[in-house]
Amino acid sequence: MYLTNLPLGSKGRVVKLTAKGKKRRRLLDLGLIPGTVVEAIRRSPSGDPTAYIIRGTVLALRSEETNFIEVEELTQRRDILWA
Amino acid sequence: MGLTARSSGLNLLRENFNIDYSKKNPIIALAGNPNTGKSTVFNGLTGLRQHTGNWPGKTVTQAQGNFRYQGQEFTLIDLPGTYSLLANSTEERIARDFICFARPDATIVVADATNLERNLNLVLQVTELTDNVILCLNLMDEAERKNIKIDVAGLKNDLQIPVVPTVARDGKGLKELKNTVYDIVNKNIVVHPYRVKYSPEIENAVEELVQELRTMLTGIEKYINLHWLSLRLLEGDKTIMRSIKDLFLKDDSFETKTEGVVQTDGVNYI
Repeated sequence: MYLTNLPLGSKGRVVKLTAKGKKRRRLLDLGLIPGTVVEAIRRSPSGDPTAYIIRGTVLALRSEETNFIEVEELTQRRDILWA
Repeated sequence: MGLTARSSGLNLLRENFNIDYSKKNPIIALAGNPNTGKSTVFNGLTGLRQHTGNWPGKTVTQAQGNFRYQGQEFTLIDLPGTYSLLANSTEERIARDFICFARPDATIVVADATNLERNLNLVLQVTELTDNVILCLNLMDEAERKNIKIDVAGLKNDLQIPVVPTVARDGKGLKELKNTVYDIVNKNIVVHPYRVKYSPEIENAVEELVQELRTMLTGIEKYINLHWLSLRLLEGDKTIMRSIKDLFLKDDSFETKTEGVVQTDGVNYI
């Protein structure tokens, strides 16, 4: 699943970045490396961008970025609590 | 701009960033992520002795100010707040070019103590570029409120740089910060930061590039951290060569030569 499709209120763990070059560098600089837990918290009325909590900071990302971030949704209660 | 005036080369370079070197003040750069209280630290250190303008050719505000400590005057340059030095934006390029080419006598990286994990990325990028780095752990009061305990000594030990906790809003720790700047500038302490080690493939490629760059950049190689430059080239960063060209050379053959290097060796690392 891509981060774009992570439902609001859910947490996901980054599996892989499929972006290349500058875009990839940008995402890495924002702290999105494999294993990072991301929570989708709200979405703009037009559906894009979406705000995420990433390493303690709220960041708004557009689908043109989140389409390149592969995540697995955390579904187990204990994963969510500990993440 | 030529490089004939060797002795004043660095000063000429600094002039490119609107630095007045007639006073011969040590130059201190202030870097940090956005929202870390960097400007509060800046104001706390310089008081009202500051002036603002723009970075040359950019619509990004530059603030400079002076402060005195132990009878010595220092010039502090506030760099744009960035998450990275790897030049995705104008702000990042300014911060990077300043540290890389104006070579401040010391660089203070202001970090948000409540969110160290995010802030240490920039710290490591700065220490990769320059030795004289001071980590200023700001917002210590907020960290305390959030029950975050920071092992300052451990951090100092891991990073191998001075670490100064501050609450810039209340002026706490600023004297210690000035003292550390003073010690570094006057070589009372010598800093050798911890450096990230890359895989052997990357380190070998860097080594090769450094050799090549040393011949290619003869005469200006002492102004540039070639190891760092090689890493950027391996990443495929083309803006760095443009910056070097703008600052040092008007010779067009330089760019074509370096483009060749990027194309042959610029593989998709990282």
